[in-house]
Amino acid sequence: MTGVRLSYLPSEDQDLIRSAARKYLTEKIPSDRVREIMMASEPDRSLWDELADLGWAGFLVPEEYGGSGFGYPDAAVLAEELGRAVTPGPFLASAVLATTALLGSGDPRRHGDLLSGMADGSVVAASAIYEKRRGWDPEDIDTTANPDGDGWVITGRKRWVLSAPHADMFLVSARTDDGVDLFAVPSDTVIVTPTPTLDATRRQGDVVFDSVAVPAEARLGGGEENLRRTLDIGAAVVASEQVGVASAAFDMALDHARTRFQFGRAIGSFQAVKHRLADMLTRLENARSVALHAVRVVDDPVELAIAAPLAAVIAGPVANWITGESIQIHGGIGFTWEHDAHLYFKRAKAASLLLGDHGYHLSRMGDALGL
Amino acid sequence: MTDAARVEEAIDRLLTEHPPNETAPAEFWGAQYDAGLAWVWHEEGSGGLGVDRSHHPTVMRRLTEGGADTSNRRRNVLGIGMGAGVLSVHGRDEQRQRWLRPMFTMDEIWCQLFSEPGAGSDLADLSTSAVRDGDEWILNGQKVWTTLAHVAKWGLIIARTDPDAQKHRGLTYFVVDMEAEGVEVRPLYQITGEAEFNEVFFSDTRVPDDQRIDDVGAGWRVAMTTLMNERVAIGGTETPRGSGAIAVAVDAYREPGVDDPVLRARLLELWAESEAARLTTIRANETATVGTPGPEGSTGKLSWAELNKEITAFTVELMGLGGTGFPGGYELTRPTGMPDYDPMRAFLRARANSIEGGTSEIMRNIIGERVLGLPGEPRVDKDLPWREVPRS
Ligand SMILES: Cc1cc2nc3c(=O)[nH]c(=O)nc-3n(C[C@H](O)[C@H](O)[C@H](O)COP(=O)(O)OP(=O)(O)OC[C@H]3O[C@@H](n4cnc5c(N)ncnc54)[C@H](O)[C@@H]3O)c2cc1C
Repeated sequence: MTGVRLSYLPSEDQDLIRSAARKYLTEKIPSDRVREIMMASEPDRSLWDELADLGWAGFLVPEEYGGSGFGYPDAAVLAEELGRAVTPGPFLASAVLATTALLGSGDPRRHGDLLSGMADGSVVAASAIYEKRRGWDPEDIDTTANPDGDGWVITGRKRWVLSAPHADMFLVSARTDDGVDLFAVPSDTVIVTPTPTLDATRRQGDVVFDSVAVPAEARLGGGEENLRRTLDIGAAVVASEQVGVASAAFDMALDHARTRFQFGRAIGSFQAVKHRLADMLTRLENARSVALHAVRVVDDPVELAIAAPLAAVIAGPVANWITGESIQIHGGIGFTWEHDAHLYFKRAKAASLLLGDHGYHLSRMGDALGL
Repeated sequence: MTDAARVEEAIDRLLTEHPPNETAPAEFWGAQYDAGLAWVWHEEGSGGLGVDRSHHPTVMRRLTEGGADTSNRRRNVLGIGMGAGVLSVHGRDEQRQRWLRPMFTMDEIWCQLFSEPGAGSDLADLSTSAVRDGDEWILNGQKVWTTLAHVAKWGLIIARTDPDAQKHRGLTYFVVDMEAEGVEVRPLYQITGEAEFNEVFFSDTRVPDDQRIDDVGAGWRVAMTTLMNERVAIGGTETPRGSGAIAVAVDAYREPGVDDPVLRARLLELWAESEAARLTTIRANETATVGTPGPEGSTGKLSWAELNKEITAFTVELMGLGGTGFPGGYELTRPTGMPDYDPMRAFLRARANSIEGGTSEIMRNIIGERVLGLPGEPRVDKDLPWREVPRS
């Protein structure tokens, strides 16, 4: 990075986004409601409609398509708050990943109707990318798109598709003769099988594309570059979400350490607990730093290639560690279903695998650094 | 004009009127002090411009880019990094006039006489005494681990002036002339073989009362200002990406023959950790205002100390059998400044990072109690007069 110096201080807008989101999520989507949505047999749509009314479904969608027109540093603040509240629903899938893919495609205007629908909440889009357990790299895509008249025929099976049970539209990655690209495929032409998830606040599913014919316009046209950029930006936003997840788990642990008495003293007065909390805060601040940095460099491809995996490399393990230590500091109560500690622990773990595990990001960061 | 513009303008003028490549360092530092660019957050006339500390990184970056020598901050760190902050908050105007400029130009080196054989982490338990005698104070006692005492002109010292008061209350802070009678400095050699630090003995050493800092009995408060500044001086310096210890590790990794996926993963982990810590420092500096840094400075100190130990140890591992050597051997030397270290010495020196300036355990206590508001340990010394506190 040369030239301009970045500021990591929140803008006035970002302060407002944070306080509005914090208030709404605390009052309207407390953990009781999260649990209800999470345990329901069918994916919830009413919450997504509410969030769409707040402008969150189209947070990144430009105003000309009816969205809120915010940038990534703003969306990261919202993602952090949604993480703090382990809010269910397709924010990451539709409002971040699919939106980013469409905006970065050859010609977003061609998908104006889709973007408008996503912004008003009437359409949920999900990205269907992965096929193999450890197949995070676009190289691993075997699904094919073959030319058929003016259009394409898509064949393949996508797995662990985030928010698949919610989706009205899939952006599926498929291999053509001239490389990998994304294709917009309506959900009523595919077979979706919901699969139970570790983090039950987020739904997933298998999606089978059995020779699905789509018109020429279905091809996004951004190629592999757009896919990689989308996944990098996704990793940056996930890192912000992880900061929110970790900070909520940390706050719960801190509160417990202050109020739980054993041996006649607050357990937070024992150094074994106090020092762990000090380390948790220190590492949390480092995770916050890399997440803030990554979402500020999305327009600089060279820097993003370092900053996005860096954010994942730091924020993922920090969130896994803090949410785990939070259970430990709570003792037995932290292991109960009733307590919220497990919601954070599960969210952190799943989120740290969604777009690449630690080794994948580490290695990509090394490649970008020439190491 | 905004503060940022004032700072920029002062830098422009300094660099134009005193081109670093044509100006001797001491002269440049004098001009830098006069321009208010030594500590921008100090008042005008005391080496500052009265603006927020957050402008400091700009000064450092622009001066470095302009080719200026900024090594005085490191070489006179106890003065420039800590003493100056103490004088700006607790000193009197004539004290600032007397001491700040020659400190910044390196004409006078400073040291910090806090630790004693019986009082380290528990600094407030110290026993060096200062007894009033008219316009003077008479010092007696022993200090230890005193970095640069052998080259210092001035020492920041905290001494007990009331042994009957509770231990934090009976302390007073002074500046002592290291050339005064009754000051004896003996080298203490470190695990590197070098003697950066010393033990210092005071026998009936006289200190004029006008070298007292702040009130009699206010020594603990002044000491806290010193330590907060110290932690920021240690952990709060903004550095370019990939510089410092990690750069040495990367160089060692790039040596022929080091091609191993396990080592690569480890290197990248450490690179990521140091980049994250670096960004956190930048963020902390962005919010820094005028005055003394808060307890948050302890997180930067803690991260940096622990990471530096890991990185330097890993660098030795990358050197393979080369890491069993020790170029130059252990010649017992007494450096006159803060030396630069080769990777083997850096590895050994790093062990001090989590001890000097407050141990990592004490940093965690501070973060836990002062930042997070957790209750302290039960204490046996709190309400006793200092005389009656049990000690080893
Ligand atoms: C290279 C170097 C340079 C130094 N330079 C200076 C200098 O210029 N001026 C100066 O005044 N001092 C200096 N020091 C001294 C330094 O500040 C002290 O060494 C430090 O504060 C620790 O004190 P101690 O050595 O007495 O260890 P102790 O306080 O005896 O600590 C021993 C161990 O006990 C632990 N411990 C102590 N109390 C607690 C507690 N409450 N909770 C948990 N663990 C605890 C410590 O963390 C440590 O691990 C320097 C030290 C080093 C290594």
